[in-house]
Amino acid sequence: MIREKVRVKTFKINGVDVTGQSNQTILEVARDNGIEIPTLCHLEGLSCVGSCRMCIVEIKGSREPTPACTAKIKEGIEVTTNSSKIEATRKMILSMMFSERTHTCSTCVANGDCELQNKSVELELQHSQVPYLNKRFEIDASHKNFVNDPNRCILCTRCIRVCDEIEGAHALDLAGRGLSTRIIHDMDEPWADSQSCTSCGKCVYVCPTGALYEKDVSEEEVIKKRGIILELVKNRGKY
Amino acid sequence: MSIATDDRYNTLEKSMKKLGYDKSALIETLHTAQETFGYLGIDTLKFIAKRLRLPYSKVYGVATFYNYFRLKPKGKHNVVVCMGTACYIKGSNKILEKIEQKYGIKVGETTPDSVLSLLSARCFGSCSLAPVVVYDDVPKGKVTIEDSLCDIEEMIK
Repeated sequence: MIREKVRVKTFKINGVDVTGQSNQTILEVARDNGIEIPTLCHLEGLSCVGSCRMCIVEIKGSREPTPACTAKIKEGIEVTTNSSKIEATRKMILSMMFSERTHTCSTCVANGDCELQNKSVELELQHSQVPYLNKRFEIDASHKNFVNDPNRCILCTRCIRVCDEIEGAHALDLAGRGLSTRIIHDMDEPWADSQSCTSCGKCVYVCPTGALYEKDVSEEEVIKKRGIILELVKNRGKY
Repeated sequence: MSIATDDRYNTLEKSMKKLGYDKSALIETLHTAQETFGYLGIDTLKFIAKRLRLPYSKVYGVATFYNYFRLKPKGKHNVVVCMGTACYIKGSNKILEKIEQKYGIKVGETTPDSVLSLLSARCFGSCSLAPVVVYDDVPKGKVTIEDSLCDIEEMIK
């Protein structure tokens, strides 16, 4: 394998000169320099897929917004992270997440510890800009410890990545497309019947919302251990 | 029929072997499987997953992502109604609605006696003949509602 040489690159974020290594993403360099970019599907320790589009930034000369978590840095680019256009787009993306599924905080187990909720507070989203679709999905509560409620899922694919990359089981994946996309176990079998699931619970810990949760908890009782993954990866010496 | 004695699994095995049991040849393999079996059953998908050493969920995810792949057996006859822009304007949605009503099935479904499958398509590229309906791979243009119902009757007789 030919390895590309790591070089130091200099570019601008919000008008400030920053430097980073050529194998770093815009998000990583921004965080190293204390510039906050909102993220949702990104989780330290897992790969980046850019599925939520929360971290979009403007790059001068490029017509479309670019997700900062997957875009590698380039010499001399000019990145804007907080223009009014970008902020409006982020709000729209968040609105669409809310409209796709049924996110009713008052009856949700993750109320108070939900990243979708926190993000809306952070971005000051007061009401959804798109009408709710209220599509109904069947809840899978077959597993003895965990529940999968697709009605609260934002399809960030964190659970899929953690199962594949950390646990190594790849018991979960996305099935279908568009509005009917769901998280499934094996061949869309009930969770309890899944042969590859090891019941380790990592998918539940990393879920940003109340889509995957432990049984026997009621509203506002969920405590997620999202930091656990970074610790695991560090212990394995990959970070 | 068990996997060992079923010739169709042999065909599938040969096609995977030809591609070196490459994980990235999943879609190609699914194509062969659908051609051989007519649809992708759960057992077939599990067989492919095991041979290509892919997770079940991944294979199922790919099979459900593409419209082309069917997870349920097809009926003996099939009708495809074009829902492209030109056909739609010429009233193909009404044709589809009538067929749905008459046979009590929705698009993508098969009648309980597995005689007729109803499908829709984005465009056949024959917009000048709109509305187009394909009966068992034979396309017919400028179809009216009455025509289509008669033709289906004729076909499934």
